[in-house]
Amino acid sequence: MRELSLSGVLAGLVRRDLQVAIRSRAALANPLLFFLMVGTLFPLGIGPEAARLGPLAPGILWVVALLATLLASESIFRTDYDDGSLEQMLLSPVSLYLLALAKTFAHWLISGLPLALMSPLLAMMLQLPAAAMPALALSLLLGTAVLSQIGAIGAALTVGLRRGGLLLSLIVLPLYMPVLIFGASAVKAAAEGLPFSGQLAVLGAMLALAVPLAPLAVAAALRLSVDQ
Amino acid sequence: MWSFFHKLGSPRWFYRISGQWLPWLMVISLALLAWGAIWGLLFAPPDFRQGNSYRIVYIHVPTSMVAMGGYVTMAVAGAIFLIWRMKLAEVAMRCAAPIGAALTFLALVTGSLWGKPTWGAWWVWDARITSVLVLFFLYVGVIALYESFENKQAAAKACAVLSLVGLVNIPIIYWSVEWWYSLHQPATIKFTSESTMHSSMLRPLLISIIGLYCFFATVLLIHMRSEILQRERTTKWVRELATGEK
Repeated sequence: MRELSLSGVLAGLVRRDLQVAIRSRAALANPLLFFLMVGTLFPLGIGPEAARLGPLAPGILWVVALLATLLASESIFRTDYDDGSLEQMLLSPVSLYLLALAKTFAHWLISGLPLALMSPLLAMMLQLPAAAMPALALSLLLGTAVLSQIGAIGAALTVGLRRGGLLLSLIVLPLYMPVLIFGASAVKAAAEGLPFSGQLAVLGAMLALAVPLAPLAVAAALRLSVDQ
Repeated sequence: MWSFFHKLGSPRWFYRISGQWLPWLMVISLALLAWGAIWGLLFAPPDFRQGNSYRIVYIHVPTSMVAMGGYVTMAVAGAIFLIWRMKLAEVAMRCAAPIGAALTFLALVTGSLWGKPTWGAWWVWDARITSVLVLFFLYVGVIALYESFENKQAAAKACAVLSLVGLVNIPIIYWSVEWWYSLHQPATIKFTSESTMHSSMLRPLLISIIGLYCFFATVLLIHMRSEILQRERTTKWVRELATGEK
């Protein structure tokens, strides 16, 4: 049998998750469609006038993107738990910490990255000023990565439960709120022509904290979910 | 020191010793709470600007502080449970959650009642108020997570992990009034420098805070004792306790 290096194992895991997502397409398309559809609800509910939608757009875009990542995060460990791959990961000699990090990164590539790339489209439809587009894409790029890490903790805690969906939102949403505050405020500042690098720096700091710390909690949560 | 630590692992020993502490703790906490409330509500001087409406401070500040302290208690108990697998820490964590949630709710309600005469609104989306609301959500999340597991051993571990993750909110609440320029006033009680509150108002406040901490400990002990009895209901010592047989 071929010996695998650590980086080979992790890259293989990421590649497998991406392949599964691309072949089934639903994991890739559903968050984006949800993002577009919920975004469409707001002009219908609030009214289509640009003067009214424009100032609300930063908040709407961020809240909708946050809900889309929340819904997507439920599936991070679901299929692996159902078909037993998760148990194999726990048994493998590779540290669960790194495997959790790789899984979360792959999930961000599938859900967060496309969302950040597609956000200018919905932003244009919601009359967000063009000057705020870079701030929106950048803040979503950083922010969804943090959201993926937090969502992975919730997903790992609830993966063993039969009805985990609503519970996942209850335990994850309070932890999402700080990210939303800084993300939406970056876009709002950019829309008003103010500098927004401070908010992006805070989002970057959150990411720098979440990447090393969240996998610890994810690994502990996966162990208890598989053990029970 | 270590023998004390090992004894703490025994629910039976804890049940006996906490039964001895409980009456004292109850008397002390009720006395302090009554003393602080009567002094604060009747005898402390009225505020120069807020008049008598400021007196809710004697309920609002203690509940807010103990609400945060309760969360830290829960998270630390969770960490002890995760690291040393101590049964008692698990019980403490589980029992601190509903008490803390109730105190957080009270802090929000009293803050809202105080906000109406001072700020003119029942609710403002201020940094500190919002972060205390998030604290309430975190408590509720921990309780909901515990209830949804059928395997209570796994439930306790899951709650310990979640409460440790939620600990990030505590420094945010604590420093929110200094980080963001907000409507909520900054801390008036400081450990490192002179307090910005006159001593005639501060002393009853300190007594109320200590009283509420003691009250929290009392309620926590009562909860823990009943939880222990329920968990150990099949053991010999609980049966002896219930039937009075030796």
